[in-house]
Amino acid sequence: MEDMKEIILEYVIEEYCDEENDEVTFDTPLISGGIVDSFSMVSLKRFLENKYNISIPDADATPEAFDTVRKIELLVKKYL
Amino acid sequence: MAYSNKVKEIYKNQLSAIQDAGLFKQERFIHSSQAAEIEVEFPTGSAPKKVINVCANNYLGLSSHPEVLKAAHDGLDQRGYGMSSVRFICGTQDIHRELEKKVSEFLGTEDTILFPSCMDANAGVFEAILTSEDVMISDRLVHASIIDGMRLCAAQHDTFKHSDMDHLEKKLQLHSNKRLKVVINDGVYSMDGDTAKLDEIAALCEKYDALLFVDESHSSGFIGKTGRGTHEKCGVMGKIDIITTTFGKALGGASGGCVSGRKEIVEMCRQKARPYLFSNTIAPVVVSGVLRVLDILSQSTERRDKLEANTKFWRKGLTEAGFVLKDGDTPIVPVMLFNAKLAQDFSRDLFDLGIYAIGFFFPVVPQGAARIRTQISAGHEMHHLEKALDAFIKVGKKYDILGKTKQEITDKYGC
Repeated sequence: MEDMKEIILEYVIEEYCDEENDEVTFDTPLISGGIVDSFSMVSLKRFLENKYNISIPDADATPEAFDTVRKIELLVKKYL
Repeated sequence: MAYSNKVKEIYKNQLSAIQDAGLFKQERFIHSSQAAEIEVEFPTGSAPKKVINVCANNYLGLSSHPEVLKAAHDGLDQRGYGMSSVRFICGTQDIHRELEKKVSEFLGTEDTILFPSCMDANAGVFEAILTSEDVMISDRLVHASIIDGMRLCAAQHDTFKHSDMDHLEKKLQLHSNKRLKVVINDGVYSMDGDTAKLDEIAALCEKYDALLFVDESHSSGFIGKTGRGTHEKCGVMGKIDIITTTFGKALGGASGGCVSGRKEIVEMCRQKARPYLFSNTIAPVVVSGVLRVLDILSQSTERRDKLEANTKFWRKGLTEAGFVLKDGDTPIVPVMLFNAKLAQDFSRDLFDLGIYAIGFFFPVVPQGAARIRTQISAGHEMHHLEKALDAFIKVGKKYDILGKTKQEITDKYGC
């Protein structure tokens, strides 16, 4: 199975990044760093739920939990 | 619960955190009418200083226009000060109906409903017309009031990269199974001053059977050949399903807003939009002023033409001086400084030279995109713009940023 972090990172770059912020890594702050605004986070949550066939409760889908690819992986694994 | 020391501490700590983050907003008191030249008390407690204002939304210079003032005085005399009622009880006068009709004519729409502000229009419209079976797809840079309105609505939401038509199309395909799809944009984006590609967006909406929403707050009155807005500029008048706009900027600058568009959608707002149902509408004095503004703009394009000429002069002057600007042709001209402290220092130095312009930085704009947002007005005379340009060049020289690229400025000051 392809590494989950790689899959999430690929989606983040495709969905949220442009030429100006191309150096996103597993530990880049996405929400607090202004790459993903909290309102646009919804498409990332929908992607994770569809891709891994899980349901992430809104209470757990916080800006803190979505702030880096590494943290997102931990969150997803909680619901697998 | 009593206002105990514990409660007080909670708020004091939160306010300190805002201050520590450099995000504490302070009002500056103006001792004159809104105009190209104003008298500003800054710092608070100091004697008011006369400065040239290059940061107001007074695009057409109508905020203190004598004909608008006279109309407002007449409205006050003839229709009184307040309504003391919401619209559907006893808060609707003949002039409210007249203004709704005139706004529809001006924007080229089927119908219009007034709201106390455009913030209220945006807060109320989505909830009134959409359900959980629907989806709202918004540009990522839409105004905060639209985001608040979407948050209040049960419909799903999604976003697309700013002005990226390929990304929008993907999102329209992704949500093809929804009952209703609404694509949501600003006509002119307030922080960058760029214009929505409404012709391309309208074509995509037609292709994927989606409704098209545009907030025209920074466009109504001066964008397009006769100032009708972005839809006129892009050649899609009649193709926008929902327009929201404000009377608090170019159209007199007092207050009030509206939803204008398809007849049934406007009627749904009249039946269900909560800021309309549970709040007084625009006061008669303001309604009378806006009616006169629309008359002035319908009779002549002189003011929007002057604004266009002023904007060209300003953009050309700043570009030739070597500033980094955001591309565009609207009167919103952001001078890019990238570093937050530099933007604040630059603004302070401009004020010392008699020019009032404010620095914007994260989180109002993205990290590393700090700027001075300048806004040009038809109320500016050439001597105002020349003096302002001269001040910008002096301060630009002081910080050695003229002719420098983004990379060179951020290498020197950080981002």
